[in-house]
Amino acid sequence: MTDTPLARIRNFSIIAHIDHGKSTLADRLIQATGGLSAREMTNQVLDSMELERERGITIKAQTVRLDYRARDGELYELNLMDTPGHVDFAYEVSRSLAACEGSLLVVDASQGVEAQTLANVYQAIDANHEIVPVLNKIDLPAADVPRVKQQIEDVIGLDASDAIEISAKTGLNIEGVLEALVTRLPPPVGDAQKPLTALLVDSWYDPYLGVVILVRVRDGRLRRGQKIRMMSTGAVHGVEQVGVFRPKMVAADDLGPGEMGYITAAIKTVADCKIGDTITDDRHPAAQALPGFKPSVPVVWCGLYPTDADDFEKLRESLAKLRLNDASFHYEPETSAALGFGFRCGFLGLLHLEIVQERLTREFALDLIATAPSVVYRVYRTNGQTEELHNPADMPDGSVIDHIEEPWIRATIMVPDDYLGAVLTLCSERRGQQQDLTYVGNRAMAVYKLPLNEVVFDFYDRLKSVSRGYASFDYAMDAYAPGELVRISILVNGDPVDALSFIAHRSAAEARGRAICAKLKDLIPRQLFKIAIQAAIGGRVIARETISALSKDVTAKCYGGDITRKRKLLEKQKEGKKRMRQFGKVEIPQTAFLAALKMDA
Amino acid sequence: MCDSLALYIHWPFCLSKCPYCDFNSHVRDTIPEARFAAALRAELAWEAARLGHRHLRSVFFGGGTPSLMHPETVADLIADARRWFRADDATEITLEANPTSVEAGRLAAFRDAGVNRISLGVQSLQPDALASLGRTHSAEGAIAALRLARDLFPRVSFDLIYARPGQTLAQWRSELRQGLDLAADHLSLYQLTIEPGTAFETRHRRGDLVLPDADEAAALYEATAEEASRFGLLAYEVSNYARPAAESRHNLAYWRYADYAGIGPGAHGRLTLDDGAIHATRRHRAPEAWAARVEAVGHGTTEEYTVSPIERAREMLMMGLRLREGIDETRFAARTGMVLDEAIDASVLRDAIAEGYLQRDGGLLRATDAGRLRLDALLGALVL
Repeated sequence: MTDTPLARIRNFSIIAHIDHGKSTLADRLIQATGGLSAREMTNQVLDSMELERERGITIKAQTVRLDYRARDGELYELNLMDTPGHVDFAYEVSRSLAACEGSLLVVDASQGVEAQTLANVYQAIDANHEIVPVLNKIDLPAADVPRVKQQIEDVIGLDASDAIEISAKTGLNIEGVLEALVTRLPPPVGDAQKPLTALLVDSWYDPYLGVVILVRVRDGRLRRGQKIRMMSTGAVHGVEQVGVFRPKMVAADDLGPGEMGYITAAIKTVADCKIGDTITDDRHPAAQALPGFKPSVPVVWCGLYPTDADDFEKLRESLAKLRLNDASFHYEPETSAALGFGFRCGFLGLLHLEIVQERLTREFALDLIATAPSVVYRVYRTNGQTEELHNPADMPDGSVIDHIEEPWIRATIMVPDDYLGAVLTLCSERRGQQQDLTYVGNRAMAVYKLPLNEVVFDFYDRLKSVSRGYASFDYAMDAYAPGELVRISILVNGDPVDALSFIAHRSAAEARGRAICAKLKDLIPRQLFKIAIQAAIGGRVIARETISALSKDVTAKCYGGDITRKRKLLEKQKEGKKRMRQFGKVEIPQTAFLAALKMDA
Repeated sequence: MCDSLALYIHWPFCLSKCPYCDFNSHVRDTIPEARFAAALRAELAWEAARLGHRHLRSVFFGGGTPSLMHPETVADLIADARRWFRADDATEITLEANPTSVEAGRLAAFRDAGVNRISLGVQSLQPDALASLGRTHSAEGAIAALRLARDLFPRVSFDLIYARPGQTLAQWRSELRQGLDLAADHLSLYQLTIEPGTAFETRHRRGDLVLPDADEAAALYEATAEEASRFGLLAYEVSNYARPAAESRHNLAYWRYADYAGIGPGAHGRLTLDDGAIHATRRHRAPEAWAARVEAVGHGTTEEYTVSPIERAREMLMMGLRLREGIDETRFAARTGMVLDEAIDASVLRDAIAEGYLQRDGGLLRATDAGRLRLDALLGALVL
C-alpha cells in the first residue's frame, strides 16, 4: 500500500483566509474520496483541537491521505497537508509547504483576496509550488467571479483563467478540484535507493502513543523497527510505528519517497522533535540534511503569574504539560517584586501568546496575570557587549547603553477605501514606514514596515476599531534596526512597580506614560493615604497623577455587642490583604493590574 | 484588678422590625413577659455570683425595645443589680425607649423603677423619613415624648439617622438644628448604614436605595459635627455628641474596653474573672432558646473564651480610637498585656501621624477628626 510510484503521488496544501472555506473543502475532499463515511464526518475533521475549531485556525499541521481514481483510470495517492494558518507560525507553515509540491489557493468569491491569503500564497510561491486558484462560495448571491479572478491576477500575479469554481458547502465541482490536483500539480521527486531523508513537518504529544511525528519522505524508506537519527541533534530513536492518516491513523510497513505519514518512536516530548529537522537512517545516514532548518525563536515575551500565589506549582506543571506538545513556546521561572513567583514565557507571536494563555485558563483552570508583552530587544553596551532583552525590568542603566535595536515587521494590510485614511494614520502613529500602496477595485493594500513593539501594543485591536473590522492584517518578521528606545517605569508612591514597566520609543513615551497613569488613577480605589502615581524615564518624571485619600470610612455604630464581629472582620481583612498585591502601603487590586496591562494607547 | 462593671440587659422584642436594623430583635404576637423577666433575673444572679460585689458603673436596658417591658420588670432587675453589685449615686441607669404615646405613658413608671437616663429612638423629625425608616411614631409624637422625658429624667439622649437616601446637606442641617433645639445634653447621630440581612440591604442590592457617596457622606459628617458643636455638643465618639461630663458612662465602658456583663438573648460581655483573663461571653440569640437554657442551667451562654493579648489589643484599639479622648497607653498595657508598639505597625503609625490622622503624646494615642472619619481603613492598616 505504500509502494505508490512517484508519478501517482500528489502532495498539496490549501491556502485560504479564515472563513474562506479551507476546512470545508478539506472535508469535502475526504468525503468524495471515501476517507470517512457521512456518519463519521463531523464538521471540519482536521481541526481537532477545541480551540482550533472555535477560532477557525489551525495550530498543528495535519495530513490526510486520499485515494482518488482519476479520469485517466489510475489510482492516485493525494496527500493533503493542512498547515497552520497564522503568521505566528510562519516557520511551521514554511516547513509544511516544503513537504508539498503544490497548493490550492482558495478565495471566497464574494470577499476576494485578504492579507492573510497573500502572505501564505507568497510563502507557497517561495516554496516553488504549483498553485491552483479555487474560487469558493460561487453559489452565494454576492459572488463576483470575474472581479475576484481579476483581483487574483492583479494582486498576486497568478493566472486565474483556469481557476476552479466550486462551492465546498454544497459539494459543487469537488471533482474538478481533484482532477486539477492530478493534472496540474507535479509529482514529487525522490529516490528509494538513496539513504533516508525525511522532513520532520510537525509533532504532537499523544497520551497513549507518546510523541507522534508527521513526516514527508524525500529519499530512501522509513520502516518500522528502523533506527533513525535526528540530524540537528544526533539523537537516535527506534521507530515503533509507521502509518498514514486517512484521516484516522492506519499502520503501514513503511513510507517511501514522496509519501507523507507518521511515525512513533517512544519519544517523550515534542521538544526533542524540531520542526524542519531531517530524519535519516542511523546506520546509513545521509550526507546532507534537507535545507531550511531553523530552530524556533520566540519573538514575544511576557510574564505569567498565578493570581493566587498557591497556584505556582500548578502553573509550573501546566506549562510543562503544554510544552510537551508545543516546543515553540518557552518558559523560565521569574520573580517579580510586584507579582511574586511566576514565569517568563516566550511565544512565536501574539496569537500564540493568546492561545497559550487561553489554554492555561481553560484546560488547566488557572487564574493568571499576564504582564505587558515585550519583544526581544538587542542592547549594545558601551563596553562592546551585546545582550538580548525581553523583560523591561532587566534593562540596564542608560549610561552603559550604546544603542538598542528593535525588531521590525513587514505588515500587509488590506482595507476598503473608506477606512484607508484611518489605517494610514494608525500606521504612522506607530512609526510605520510605508513601503507600498496599491488599489484593487475599492480595496487598498498597504505594505508597511512597523516596529514589532508598536504592534504588540494593541495594534490589532486598534486596526479593527478604526476599520470597523474590515481591515485584514498579516505580517512577517523583517529585520532589527536601531531605535530611540527608553524604559518607562511606573512608580507608586515613589516605588517602582516592576510588572508595569515597559519599553517604548522616545516619541511615544510621554503619551503612554500619561495614559497609564490616568488609567491607574481610575483603577486603584482611594485608600487611607493619598497615592502618587508617576511614570518616569530614568530619574525624570514624565507623568503624574494623585489619587486622593478616601474621604470617609468608619462604622457608624459600634458598641459592646459588636466587638467580636468587628474584630473578626478586621482579622479577615488583614488576612485578605496578605493575598493582595501590596506596594508599600498601597494595595493594587488584581483587576487594576489586568486592565492597566491591557491598556489602550 | 477590674472592680468596675457595666451591665447590659437585652430585651429582644419589638412591635415591628425596622428595615435598617440588624440588632437581635424579634416580633412576637404576645410577649411572655413573666418568663423573660424571670430568666433575666436568674441570669443576672448567675453572672453576679462569679463576678463578686463589684462597683456598678452603669446599667443599660437595650433591645429590641426595652420600653415595651413592664416597669415592674425593670424595677426588679434594677433592684437585683443594686443587691448584687455596689451601686451609688453616679450609677447611670439608661433605658432605650421608642417615642410612641404608649411608651411615653410609661416613662414616669420607669423613672420610679430607678431609671435615670432615657435614650429615645427618634431617628428623624421628618414624617416621610420616619415612614421610610419603618418607624411607627410621628414627628409630633416624638417631640412630645422628648419634652416629657426631659421633664421626668435628669439625663436624656436621642438618636437621629442621617445620610438617608435623597437627603441633601441643607435638609439635614435644618433637621439637625431642629433636633439640637430639642436636645438636652446628649445625642447619637448615626449615618445610615446598610447592614447585611436587612430589608434595606435587599433594596440596596437591587439599586432601589441610593446612598450618598463617600465624599457626600464626609460632608454630611463634618456638617453634623459643626452644627452640634455650635450647640455645645462635642463629638466625643464617632457618632455620639455630648456636653462635657454628659457622655454615656455605659457606652464609654465599651469604648474604653472596660469590663461589661451582657445578659439576655444575644448579649455579649467582656469580663475579667478571678483567673485574671478577659473572658468574652455570648448568649444564645434566639429568645426562647436562650430562656430555655437559663431555665435549665442558670445561664444562656453559648460561647465563652478567653481573649488573647493580641485580640485584646485589637479590640481596645478598635474601640478606643473611636473616642476623641483616645487610648491611655498605660491602661492599654495593663488591659491587654501588650505594649502599644507591639500591637501596631510602626510605619503606618508614622505615616498616619504625618498625615494628621493620629496624634501620640503624653502617653496617649488618639485619632484626630480626620483620622476618626477614616477609622476603619486606618485600623485595617495600623493594627497588627
